[in-house]
Amino acid sequence: MMMKFSVNDIRAQFPILQTKIGKYPLVYFDNGATSQKPQVVIDCINQYYSAENANIHRGVHHLSQVSTTNYENARKTIQAYLNAEKSEEIIFTKGTTDGINLIAQSFGRMLKAGDEILITEMEHHSNIVPWQMVAQERGLVVKYIPMNEAGELKLEGLDDLLTDRTKIVSLTHVSNALGTINPIEKIIEAAHQKGAKVVIDAAQSLQHFKVDVQALDCDFMVFSGHKIFGPTGVGILYGKEDLLNAMPPYQGGGDMIKTVSMKETTYNDLPHKFEAGTPNIVGGIGLGKAIEWLSSLDLEAIQAHENDLLAYATTALEAIPNLKIYGTAAQKSSTISFLIEGTHPYDIGTLLNQQGIAVRTGHHCTQPIMDFFEIPGTIRASFSFYNTHGEIDQFINALKKALAMLS
Amino acid sequence: MTIEEKERELIDSFAIYEDWMEKYEYIIELGKDLPLIADDYKTEENIIKGCQSMVWLHAEKKDDKVVFTADADAIIAKGIIALLIDVLSNETPEAIMNAKLEFINAIGLQEHLSPTRSNGLVAMVKQMKMYAIALNMKQ
Repeated sequence: MMMKFSVNDIRAQFPILQTKIGKYPLVYFDNGATSQKPQVVIDCINQYYSAENANIHRGVHHLSQVSTTNYENARKTIQAYLNAEKSEEIIFTKGTTDGINLIAQSFGRMLKAGDEILITEMEHHSNIVPWQMVAQERGLVVKYIPMNEAGELKLEGLDDLLTDRTKIVSLTHVSNALGTINPIEKIIEAAHQKGAKVVIDAAQSLQHFKVDVQALDCDFMVFSGHKIFGPTGVGILYGKEDLLNAMPPYQGGGDMIKTVSMKETTYNDLPHKFEAGTPNIVGGIGLGKAIEWLSSLDLEAIQAHENDLLAYATTALEAIPNLKIYGTAAQKSSTISFLIEGTHPYDIGTLLNQQGIAVRTGHHCTQPIMDFFEIPGTIRASFSFYNTHGEIDQFINALKKALAMLS
Repeated sequence: MTIEEKERELIDSFAIYEDWMEKYEYIIELGKDLPLIADDYKTEENIIKGCQSMVWLHAEKKDDKVVFTADADAIIAKGIIALLIDVLSNETPEAIMNAKLEFINAIGLQEHLSPTRSNGLVAMVKQMKMYAIALNMKQ
């Protein structure tokens, strides 16, 4: 399926990209934090509240059936996108953080004191703190795969870090702060040889390239809807059926039960066992629409365009004196973190904002990475396929103007 | 000059500039005249929490008036704290506690530095008022 990729055609589908910030056109380079939404997703949300709103899974009436069908169809769309074997393996969550907390609190309950969890030095706080919490509760040990100066995982010592006590390996597919694409295939294979289960944090990867959970053979995968052109407040946890069946429920409430008496409760089947309470219905339907839309695009062309943007911006930034890029891995997604000697990221971010450029400054919820490089934070420009070379030129000019003001 | 008079002067100074980039240049200039905090006071406990950059603030009383000194590791934060010190330093604790600081809105600082954790403008004002309250109780 080869289609011609036209960035202008893509941009025309994102109404927010027409925004002006003062007299400047918006240049949105904060896609790592959240992506913008195409018109089809906005229309889908509007349609839901205008014509379909009803609670799902319980009503016999027409609207309830419509919204239930749409919600469950969204689950199937997402299943197909990830190439999961069954739709029961697709659990709707609030987002990546919620998904990791679910695994940590549910799978974690089956672990014993002394069991080990292996994560990496480049994780987002949401893939550190939930493990530290369950480790503290249950006497587990959290270990870290180290990284090198380029921001790549050092896998030489992986065989020593993986022990017979390692039960979970949880790592990010793509680093939100550095852009590094981790060789997850290799790590999944090594972990499985030791009998450990693997959680992939795909919050920063699925919006850039397709993954196949069966080919990868990961045990769990989590991601957020809002970073992949869908609504906020919804995300996905993929888990292998046998594992999800073996795990205890995470939250109790409506929808997750089969029968409830004063004495005891029997739990519902997958996926509902992990979906207590009325879910974010419009979120799920909107996410399904976003993924349907994404699937209709030429994903190879998208990736080529993003790689092109990354190379173009990297070259332009490297030409600026005293600028240092953090994260120079051989395999990178379209994210660039940098600092300029003698300037504070907050000053740069503020002056870029005044010129219509949206970037992120700070530690990006990855304080261990900042500690590694001994820096307080960076300026991060993260690109999506709706961004253009012209926007990068605008960004570089704005950056030069900011530097002139701060010198 | 009263606090209100000093605010009025600042509003007038900012009115000259049409473009916000020019206003920022002015803020950066103001930062260069910031009464710097003594190194001894540049401690962890004098850091204002809630700013993305490091801002140190000290206050002491001289003849019934509160005198502020500060420093920051970011140039714009330095300019903003200088702006606030310009208005609030050398005033009585009561005057500082009661200051409405309408110039912040009048200049448009509020909308350009939205009160989020990233800029700490709100945190700076709060800390200055806390100092005034503390020094008022001491007397």
